[in-house]
Amino acid sequence: MNTTAFHHIRAIAKRELGSFFGSPVAYVFLVIFLLLTGFFTFTVGAFFERGEAGLASFFTWHPWLYLVLVPAVGMRLWAEERRAGTLELLLTMPINPWEAIVAKFLASWIFLGIALLLTFPVVLTVNWLGSPDNGQIFAGYLGSFFLAGAYLAITSMTSALTRNQVVAFIVSVVLCLFLILAGFSPVTDMLTRWASPALIDTVAAFSVMTHFEGFQRGVVDSRDLLFFVSIIAFALFATATILRNRRAG
Amino acid sequence: MIQIEHLTKSFGQRRVVDDLSFSVERGEVLGFLGPNGAGKSTAMRMITGFLPASAGRIRIGGHDIADAPLAAKRLMGYLPESAASYPDMTVNGFLLFIAELRGLAGDAKKRAVHRVVERCFLDSVLYQSIETLSKGYRHRTCLAQSLIHDPEVLIMDEPTDGLDPNQKHEVRNLIREMGKTKAVIFSTHILEEVDAACTRAMIIDRGRMVANGTPASLKAMSQSAGRVTLQVTGPEVTAVQAACATLAEASAVEAVGGKVRVSPKDKTAGAALARALMELAAREHWQVAELHAEEGHLDEVFRKLTVSDTVRA
Repeated sequence: MNTTAFHHIRAIAKRELGSFFGSPVAYVFLVIFLLLTGFFTFTVGAFFERGEAGLASFFTWHPWLYLVLVPAVGMRLWAEERRAGTLELLLTMPINPWEAIVAKFLASWIFLGIALLLTFPVVLTVNWLGSPDNGQIFAGYLGSFFLAGAYLAITSMTSALTRNQVVAFIVSVVLCLFLILAGFSPVTDMLTRWASPALIDTVAAFSVMTHFEGFQRGVVDSRDLLFFVSIIAFALFATATILRNRRAG
Repeated sequence: MIQIEHLTKSFGQRRVVDDLSFSVERGEVLGFLGPNGAGKSTAMRMITGFLPASAGRIRIGGHDIADAPLAAKRLMGYLPESAASYPDMTVNGFLLFIAELRGLAGDAKKRAVHRVVERCFLDSVLYQSIETLSKGYRHRTCLAQSLIHDPEVLIMDEPTDGLDPNQKHEVRNLIREMGKTKAVIFSTHILEEVDAACTRAMIIDRGRMVANGTPASLKAMSQSAGRVTLQVTGPEVTAVQAACATLAEASAVEAVGGKVRVSPKDKTAGAALARALMELAAREHWQVAELHAEEGHLDEVFRKLTVSDTVRA
């Protein structure tokens, strides 16, 4: 990457983050995210009753939490630029469209990363109560971060399709839900009655659940990492294609 | 600086811009005229590289917008139709952001922002967020954005839309001043702006160019161009009318409410007709109360050449 591209990406990402934290959206999101992770971990996930020094009850809920919260963060990415007319301004600047796409994605991803880092009290708690495998916890965080990135890239794609944020949100939730359900055991169990195991494995291979599980167990498998990276790359590439074709009219 | 060849844009079956060819050199201000929906904005969006053209070529300073978009975009400043900007940013933050995207850094960046802030009178609102500004300030902020890198080519889509008369005047002065050293295209449907700011005007209707020339030559196309109105005290109007009809330069003479309206044979020879009428008045010892030659009216030409969408529907 040359330095001009880097400067453009930094400028756009900085603006994007500034606009996040300049509006109440960021703070509302952070509070809700932290409240919900706390609620699911300690109440629904029965953190104390488990009697384990681990964060299984914390990470298990992330695919479901992100299902609603990540599209809420990403839905405005392109829909808002399109609605406000700033898309025209941005794309007539002497920059490559992919720089803008990557910059806006990175800014939101960084924001989600910050939200994730703010859950640190749960790590302190579990360390204070017992002696957990901190490597496993780190792997869990890494997986969770990439999971959020995959959802976010998908939201970026749907956001490029429309000027309506609500439409972007709903379509993203449905797409992300598909990625969860493809490997969700009630669904795969249903398939076993008529589909061949090879087919089930193929469908399940598209699921974020399958790939997130490894991270939760503390295994950073390059194939799982590659899965998330490919989803991100594919969705961002699709964003670029959509933005180009929507302009072609 | 700007070369457009056979520019065409279709959305589905509909041709929005149809075979436009023209060029604009440095020192020229081209006014883009046309009714709403004539394809002005679409043409500008293609020129600035936001929309790809269906056919035709656009070159900015020799760079083809399709083959070398970055080099072409670097030469251009663009004020979009809605004067869009990021509402949550301050004026200063927004201008710094645009300067960074334009590749300015450090002192050069600060100087550039300072220069456009002064030029567009934004000092008093520099640290206000854009959403709290009045429309005039918001518009000027976006205008400042388009000037930040001192571009050689300036494309402005309805730069005076929604401004009050004083602000319109300021923006027109600015356009005229910019036009001395840059190649400028701006669109408008306010005809007086053509006189106020353009060196050349182009009328487009339903995507096609229907007229292209200096404001004076466009006005000469109107029915009233070169017409001279004469009012004298003393003799009867009918007598004056009869005397005027004898002139070689006159083609038609009509009496309108105590005045005589003389149309010339040659529309561009309005001045010669006026001179002949002066001489006639001197010979006949008429007391001339009023004598004036009309340049023609742009709105007449505009109405003649274009079909508004209300008529079309």
